[in-house]
Amino acid sequence: MNTEVKIAGVAFKNPVMTASGTFGSGMEYSDFVDLNRLGAVVTKGVANVPWEGNPTPRVAEVYGGMLNAIGLQNPGIDVFMERDLPFLQKYDTKVIVNVCGKTVSDYLEVVERLSDTPVSMLEINVSCPNVKEGAIAFGQKADSLFDITSQVKKKAKQPVIMKLSPNVTDITEMAKVAEAAGADALSMINTITGMKIDIHRKKFVLANKTGGMSGPAVKPVALRMVYQTAQAVKIPIIGMGGIGSGEDAVEFLLAGATAVAVGAMNFVNPYATVEVVEGIESYMKQYDIENVTDLIGAVE
Amino acid sequence: MTRKKKVTAKVILQKQIGEQIFDLWLETKLVKYAHPGQFVAVYPHGESMLLPRPISICETDKTKNRLRLVYRVAGRGTAEFSTCKAGDTLELLGVLGNGFPVDRAKGKRVFLMGGGIGIPPMLELAKAMDDKKQILLGYRNKELFLEEDLEKFGDVYVATEDGSVGTKGNVMDIIKAYALRADVIMACGPMPMLRAVKKYAAENNMEAYISLEERMACGVGACLGCVCKTTKEDAHSHVHNARICTEGPVFEAGEVDI
Repeated sequence: MNTEVKIAGVAFKNPVMTASGTFGSGMEYSDFVDLNRLGAVVTKGVANVPWEGNPTPRVAEVYGGMLNAIGLQNPGIDVFMERDLPFLQKYDTKVIVNVCGKTVSDYLEVVERLSDTPVSMLEINVSCPNVKEGAIAFGQKADSLFDITSQVKKKAKQPVIMKLSPNVTDITEMAKVAEAAGADALSMINTITGMKIDIHRKKFVLANKTGGMSGPAVKPVALRMVYQTAQAVKIPIIGMGGIGSGEDAVEFLLAGATAVAVGAMNFVNPYATVEVVEGIESYMKQYDIENVTDLIGAVE
Repeated sequence: MTRKKKVTAKVILQKQIGEQIFDLWLETKLVKYAHPGQFVAVYPHGESMLLPRPISICETDKTKNRLRLVYRVAGRGTAEFSTCKAGDTLELLGVLGNGFPVDRAKGKRVFLMGGGIGIPPMLELAKAMDDKKQILLGYRNKELFLEEDLEKFGDVYVATEDGSVGTKGNVMDIIKAYALRADVIMACGPMPMLRAVKKYAAENNMEAYISLEERMACGVGACLGCVCKTTKEDAHSHVHNARICTEGPVFEAGEVDI
């Protein structure tokens, strides 16, 4: 049985990754799972300088999912290079760094700092809905998405994944723009903007008023978007949105994703990532599938 | 290093001990690692509810692997827990966070202060401290809970908001009413109480350790949902935010900006 997948020339031992922002830099969940079992760890967003993030409350539960408005709190690229990257390098897994910024030059600074590191790929966050500057501001307009993608591509030594927002009229149009600007791969979907109100206090539950929704409740939306995007572009897609089991992951592969990421479900089950790997393997065994790549886009 | 695991715990006993307050005993080997002031996160069964609910450890019986949680029903998740009966099971993530620095009170006069649903962690803490303790408890009304358990471990003073039992007011009013003195405070309760404790400790040049709460998602330090503002740059985050689930929930009062 062969579970290896390749994205832009990078080989992953299996198609299971972590979704940025749900797994820190791997350290916290290494108490629960063997990071060596994962195809890749995708880090929390890293900016050129430390970011404080948003006021609390930053998280809320909603039916079958959750909202978050963390606001990309992160210790910045210096601490990432000194502390988090050496930790991740101890493991036999690929490292993908999620890069965020307020301006294009912020992104480029991080991309440049990572150029001579063993980081395998860069995931460019143009889709976080919880910050006032940067992130989603680049991902909702075709011209700014084209501009940032092509500028990052010019500077980056590693292959570039553009992480797309579902909060657009037609995600396939944005996917085509990213592809035309040179993106090597896409990851999708980032969270869907939502809201929760405490009717007893007549107040927003999140300090930020709105937050990004994730969890099993968004899975059908994410799956539909991955399928449609896979029909529209040639570059590989990393699919995510409520994945918590091998069955969920296989759905995304069949819809056209080359790899999958586990996000909010880590909070529900800290062993979820490895259980997804095992679930894919047992599906392959059950249906006598030799290569996991045979599943990609195989929905009829 | 804390040992963290997700486990299935068996319900031994549950009873209601106050208005919306439930007293739950569980059997789990997690108690081996439990320290006063730490917490566990309890998962609802309903699939529409995903996130575990953080609940402080009220008491442990390490010889029998028993863990006591006393909690208030605050929403759908805790309402579901309140229906659990002996023999049912609950999934727990634990033990989480850093507890109270018990050693800081050695040989000193100490106030253990609990307000409302902040009272439960004071029991395990009181049990862990050998020296004489002054235990100050604040309730809404005459529906007291855990005060009889706590009387075994120190001098208990009660305040009620409506004045129906003990001192009228809150735990700070107890200090005034009895002219109590201490060197160290350990406290858990609502934010206005913790702000008052912090202010009182600073004015009287006392050490104070306070247990904070915030809406949490992962419980293990990954999601950065449950942060509190810190007075200095936090060693982990490199910004003025500390994770309540990981660096906390207990902080030295001067460290946090509340």
